[in-house]
Amino acid sequence: MIEVKDLYKKFGKNEVLKGIDLTIDRDGIFSVLGPNGSGKTTLIKCILGMVLPDSGQISIDGKPLKNNFKYRNEIDYLPQIANFPGNLKVSELIDMIKDLRDSKATKDEELIDLFKLQPFLNKKLANLSGGTKQKVNLVLTFMFDSPLIILDEPTNGLDPISHLRLKNLINAEKEKGKTILITSHILSFVEEVSDEIVFLLEGKIYFKGTIAELKTKTEQPDFEHAIASILSSSYA
Amino acid sequence: MLKILKYSFYDLMRSRWSYVYFLFYLLLGVVLLFLNNDLSKAVITLMNVIIILVPLIGTIFGVMYYYNSREFTELLLAQPVKRSSIFLGQYFGVATSLSMSLVIGLGMPFVFYGIFNSSAIWDFSLLLVTGAFLTFIFTALAFVIALRNENRIKGFGYAILLWLFMAVIYDGIFLMSLLYFEDYPLDKFSLVATMLNPVDLSRVLILLKLDISALLGYTGAVFQKFFGTNFGLILSSVLLIFWVVIPTFFIWRIAKRKDF
Repeated sequence: MIEVKDLYKKFGKNEVLKGIDLTIDRDGIFSVLGPNGSGKTTLIKCILGMVLPDSGQISIDGKPLKNNFKYRNEIDYLPQIANFPGNLKVSELIDMIKDLRDSKATKDEELIDLFKLQPFLNKKLANLSGGTKQKVNLVLTFMFDSPLIILDEPTNGLDPISHLRLKNLINAEKEKGKTILITSHILSFVEEVSDEIVFLLEGKIYFKGTIAELKTKTEQPDFEHAIASILSSSYA
Repeated sequence: MLKILKYSFYDLMRSRWSYVYFLFYLLLGVVLLFLNNDLSKAVITLMNVIIILVPLIGTIFGVMYYYNSREFTELLLAQPVKRSSIFLGQYFGVATSLSMSLVIGLGMPFVFYGIFNSSAIWDFSLLLVTGAFLTFIFTALAFVIALRNENRIKGFGYAILLWLFMAVIYDGIFLMSLLYFEDYPLDKFSLVATMLNPVDLSRVLILLKLDISALLGYTGAVFQKFFGTNFGLILSSVLLIFWVVIPTFFIWRIAKRKDF
């Protein structure tokens, strides 16, 4: 599905991605992990076409991304920071995104119900709390039925009950045979949901595989310690 | 692109600033008519205000809108929408809503005063068209500056400097150089210098139409002598169109290569 070949990107003098090769060719939940500044968001933004790589190729379903924007119809993306035009009402924002994607078949009502957003539909986005904005963000992401879902820090600002609902939602989407890409710093969440992890370190892929494989490789009994051991050995 | 334009436009139509801007022009029109009691004189006073103020507001508003809608732009970038449509749509949305505030705000008092029965109707229309041009030009320049500068403070700084330069400093340098090089023939120099500044160009355009030789100034007089009134009008209009097209092209080009 996603094929990333020899991807390089630098911002000014700061080399963020130094030759990423990544192939994701099956459905399931893939978590992209790594310390701050390891290039997780940059990699995701390259896949979305928001950041233009210096060299290397990305293709989705065999089609290269260069000078192509229609492929984004096949991706649902949840941005890291939920910030929307403050003058719009929640319902208007939802209608607008639907309009932009020309998509009729959506399940926004179901999701509004799930996250209990009805009382906020007629409120302006500027007046919503951070957590509520994140819920709106989630509705916007999950209301389409695209085969690829990319979530950048999806748990930001969510209360425990919404967190739980999000997990159920992610699992339900996985059951439908979708590919889901997640970045998160909350290891318990990652351990619970992901099938495979991709560990980025200093702009390169340090590890790709299941959590069990990671534990064997680092000789650590649990996931948290496994991650910690990678980080401490790289910082040492 | 039309969808983005529509949403940017709606968004702005609802913001308080569009109304403040609209009311300001409404008030300005009413006060000028009340003080002057004469349509042609009011048009001249208005020209001086428009030529300085419209670029300022276009610049500030353009930069402000770009920075304020940054997160929203990122949301749009992840949608199946062409990059250039996002930015051009936003730009046309801002510039159109600003021009509308200007045209309606100033138009209303003049319509009620009876501009349609007056000989000043064409002068006044030209004034509004020039004002709209200036809005489009300076909003485009503001977008270029904002796209080039991630840092908001820097972006605002450059935008204000640009306005100050075009509206005030440019004329100063121009006059100084005219004085300094007075022994040389300066016709061509001053022609080119006028064309390179949309503010001067608008002023010459309106004054040519008003046909007030006392107010034409050196550049206006040279313009009239060189091109004649009619050709001068056409030429300066064409140049104003260039001033819109070129920065818009830069918006398109920078947006295509930028990382978000």
